[in-house]
Amino acid sequence: MDDTSASEAKHTVLHTLHQELGGKIVPFAGYALPVQYPAGIMAEHKQAREAAALFDVSHMGQLRLEGADRIAALEALVPADLAGLVPGRQRYSFFTNEEGGILDDLMISNQGDWLFLVVNAACKEADIAHLKAGLKGDVTLTELTDRALIALQGPQAADVLARLAPGVQTLAFMDCKPVEVDGLACLVSRSGYTGEDGFEISVPADRAEALARRLLAEAEVAPAGLGARDSLRLEAGLCLYGHDIDETTTPVEADLVWAIQKRRRNEGGFPGAAVVQKQIAEGAPRRRVGLQPEGRAPVREGTELQNDKGEVVGRVTSGGFGPSAGAPVAMCYVATELAAEGTPLQAMVRGKALPCRVAALPFVPHNFFRG
Amino acid sequence: MSEKRYTEDHEWVMVSGGEATVGISDHAQEQLGDIVFVELPEVGKTLSKGKEAAVVESVKAASEIYAPADGEVLAVNEALNDEPGKVNSDPEGDGWFFKMKLSDPSQVEKLMDAAAYKAFADGQS
Repeated sequence: MDDTSASEAKHTVLHTLHQELGGKIVPFAGYALPVQYPAGIMAEHKQAREAAALFDVSHMGQLRLEGADRIAALEALVPADLAGLVPGRQRYSFFTNEEGGILDDLMISNQGDWLFLVVNAACKEADIAHLKAGLKGDVTLTELTDRALIALQGPQAADVLARLAPGVQTLAFMDCKPVEVDGLACLVSRSGYTGEDGFEISVPADRAEALARRLLAEAEVAPAGLGARDSLRLEAGLCLYGHDIDETTTPVEADLVWAIQKRRRNEGGFPGAAVVQKQIAEGAPRRRVGLQPEGRAPVREGTELQNDKGEVVGRVTSGGFGPSAGAPVAMCYVATELAAEGTPLQAMVRGKALPCRVAALPFVPHNFFRG
Repeated sequence: MSEKRYTEDHEWVMVSGGEATVGISDHAQEQLGDIVFVELPEVGKTLSKGKEAAVVESVKAASEIYAPADGEVLAVNEALNDEPGKVNSDPEGDGWFFKMKLSDPSQVEKLMDAAAYKAFADGQS
């Protein structure tokens, strides 16, 4: 899936730390990153659900959009209500194309006189090109290459971070504000990719290793790699771009209409708006849903789904074992008429038809901070 | 009592009487990570050396386990259905996968012994 060779792979500023911690380094989106540390994926996953796990997510793109026309310019590319986004608040959104497909998903926050964007590493270059081509008017785009990004996720994350940033517990879920962390000027959001309470900390790159070490020194914190990041977000029902959402999936099919605020649903004004509005009004042919295999065998990405007549009715887009669920879990697209919770389906795994059922997402309840 | 032999695919074989017990090495379980599911062959199934005999799934991916020799499955380790983690905790003991009847015991004699396998596995890391 990833053809990065060891010699071409980029390193984040925490690469030396990953090696020191015994990280098993693998290629991911052009970077060399740890898929796990010696503790293993199951332990790292549980760390995030029970205490605090630290992830290096510096491979993701951090972008700055400024200029008098920045809000209107970005609203022309994403279906989010940015005019109504209060300073210090963040929204989840996506770049759409003319067919209503999704080019990437991202976080956008209002930093007063600028907008802060966090995009996927795999789409970073394409997103920047897309923005440069599409932004109109008085607006400037800068990639913040001098910043790293560290995620601290889990029920203990707030207590831990408060030792370095007193008052950080007062951040509400989806706040994104300047916060001094261990004396460093950071941008901290109360959000993440695990379904747990947690923070994403944008820190100056040359201070990132020191901050990571400082956090890892806390008793509740252990490092976690890409493997746990994937199992956590899958249990939480969160999409992975390029797998559960891509240029062929609309936000309606992907069950992401909640991220298109009412004014944008009504007014459109983003690429593919007509397609999206029509699907909202009339329904979409297929839907992203959870899939619960009834046995113990994982049902993985790419697996064909059939009905009891042997007809192909869908495809798995993400699948694996859920350490907190204690069972295999998956996400898939199925024909809308089969999307009701409990619908029985068959997953074709190694020539056998494994019984599954459509399941509600998330598999593990979210623990976002409710104040 | 014979000694353990190893394949280049990191399976071990232990012959006792007419039976060979097969599992994966400690090196293999460490490379795979936490095992969450094992698909064992059916008793009576014919096995061909080098062909797929079982599947072991970690959190991230599925891996094939190959038959180390020609023969027939006599028994499988049912305990792995409920406790796939045994493959991680005791890969060369309680984490055994299946027992087979060997149609050509000389195939096993040609496999690596423990010392040769250790050198092979270390060279791969």
